[in-house]
Amino acid sequence: MTKEKGSFEVKVGLAEMLKGGVIMDVTTAEQAKIAEDAGAVAVMALERIPSDIRKAGGVSRMTDPVIIQQIKKTVSIPVMAKCRIGHFAEAQILEAMGIDFIDESEVLTPADEANHIEKRSFNAPFVCGCRNLGEALRRIGEGAAMIRTKGEAGTGNVVEAVRHMRSVMNSIRHLKTLRKDELMTVSKDLQAPYELVLKTAEMGELPVPNFAAGGVATPADASLMMQLGAQSVFVGSGIFKSSNPAVMAKAIVEAVTHYHDPDVLLRISTGLGTAMEGIEISQLSDSERLQERGW
Amino acid sequence: MRLVSYPIPKDSRNAAGKISKVEQAQKINRLIGILAVQGDYSCHGKIVQHLGLNVRWIKTPGDLVGCSALILPGGESTTMTLLLKKYGLIKPLKDFALSNPVMGTCAGAIMLAKNVYDTRVEPLGIMDITVCRNAYGSQVESFITDLLLPFNGSSVPIKAVFIRAPKIQVESPAIQVLAEYENVPVIVRQDKALALAFHPELTGDDRIHRYFFQQVAGISINT
Repeated sequence: MTKEKGSFEVKVGLAEMLKGGVIMDVTTAEQAKIAEDAGAVAVMALERIPSDIRKAGGVSRMTDPVIIQQIKKTVSIPVMAKCRIGHFAEAQILEAMGIDFIDESEVLTPADEANHIEKRSFNAPFVCGCRNLGEALRRIGEGAAMIRTKGEAGTGNVVEAVRHMRSVMNSIRHLKTLRKDELMTVSKDLQAPYELVLKTAEMGELPVPNFAAGGVATPADASLMMQLGAQSVFVGSGIFKSSNPAVMAKAIVEAVTHYHDPDVLLRISTGLGTAMEGIEISQLSDSERLQERGW
Repeated sequence: MRLVSYPIPKDSRNAAGKISKVEQAQKINRLIGILAVQGDYSCHGKIVQHLGLNVRWIKTPGDLVGCSALILPGGESTTMTLLLKKYGLIKPLKDFALSNPVMGTCAGAIMLAKNVYDTRVEPLGIMDITVCRNAYGSQVESFITDLLLPFNGSSVPIKAVFIRAPKIQVESPAIQVLAEYENVPVIVRQDKALALAFHPELTGDDRIHRYFFQQVAGISINT
C-alpha cells in the first residue's frame, strides 16, 4: 500500500481544516495559550507582531526556532511560522522543525526580489499573500496550498485587505462568465498559469482555500472579510495590540463563525475595549507599504 | 485533488435566513445538518448536495430542527470543543446524535468518541471508542494512501487523506471495524454512527457518503 507525504492534496487538506477559523499572531507561549483558549484554529509564531516590525525597521527575518519550539510545546493546534520571500533556506529550517504551515510573507524583509520559493518540493504546506487573482494563481503555480490577501499588515486598517479580496473575487466572477476560448487571453492578462485559470473558471473559486489577512482589527472587520468571500481570517497585531486581547480574540473567533448574523455581531462588538491604534494608508511612504513586496 | 465538478454548497435557507414553509413540506427527510462552527464543512456540503440532498449549516441549536442526519466535519477538535460549549451546542448535538444517523470525519470522529487522550477535548460520547488525537505527528507526517473498502463490495480502493490524523481504539463489541490501515481501525460503525480517521470529503470520491446515507442512515440519494 503506497503512503505519500507532502502531496498537494495533503497540503490543501490542512488548509481546508482551518476554514471558518481565526489564525492569530503570537510572540510568546503565554500569548499562544490565550489564542488557543479563545478558539484560534492555528497560531502564527513570530518574534514580533507586524506593527512592531513596522516600528522597529531594519531587516526582519525568520523567528528564532527556540521561540517557535516553545509555542509548539504549549498548544495542540497547528503552528505556522513566516519565512522571507524567496528565502528557501529559512523554509527548509522551518520544515525541519516540523512546522505545520509556512507563510512566505511580505511582512518580513524579502530575500529575493525576483523569485518566490519553489514550494512544490517541500512536504510542509505554504501560504502566500496576494493582491489580485493573477498573483494568487502564480503562487499556487509555485505550490502554495493556501492563499491570503496581503492587505497592509500591522496597520489595523482593513481597507487594503478589502481591496485585495474584492479584486480576487471580482476576477473569479468575471472568469465564470467567459467562454473557454477566452481564457488564454485572461491567462496572458493576469500573467497566471493557463491550467490554473481553467481550473478556477471551472470551480468558480480559487483552487485552494482563500483567507483574509492584513489589517483585520475588530469582529466587524472579520465579518466584512468573510462576507466578501474569505474562508478564514488571519489576525496579526489586532489582538495583542488591543486593550483586552483575550476578549478581542474570543470576539473575533465568534464573528468568523457567525459572520452572517448581525444580532450576534452586535452582541460581541459591544464593550470590547479599545481596538489597536490604526494607521491611515496614505501616511505610509511607498517603501513602508509591505504589500509591494513580492509580485 | 479538490472537488472540481461540484458546485459551491448553499444553505437551504433563503437570504433572510428563514426556513420557508415550502421547504419544510418538500424537503422533509432530505435535510442534512453539517456542523459549521469551524472546519471543512463546505467540502461535505458539496458532496451532500451532489447526492441530491439539502444542506443545513449547524451553527446554533435551532439549526438542527428538521434535519434527518448529521455530519461532523474535519477541523481542529480543541477549537470545536471550545466553540460547541460557547454556542450551547454540546447537549443538542448529543441528543440529536443519540437518536439520528451521524457521521464524523477526523475531528468529527474525535467528537463522537467516549474518550479522548487529551483533556482539552470534551467529546460528545456517542460511540464506544477512545481516540488519540494527532497520533501520526505534525503536518509534515500527514499522508494520502490507497484504502480498500471491503464492506462496500468494491475492489477499487479509495484515496484516503490523513491530515494530522487521530488513531481510533475500539472499546466494545458494539463497534464494527469496517476498514483498517496498518492494523489500526480507520472506519468504525456503531449502529447509526460512523466515524472515520481520514477525510473522504477531500477527494471528491462520494462512496463513503453514499454508504453512510444508504446503508447507515437509510436515506435515498441520487444514483
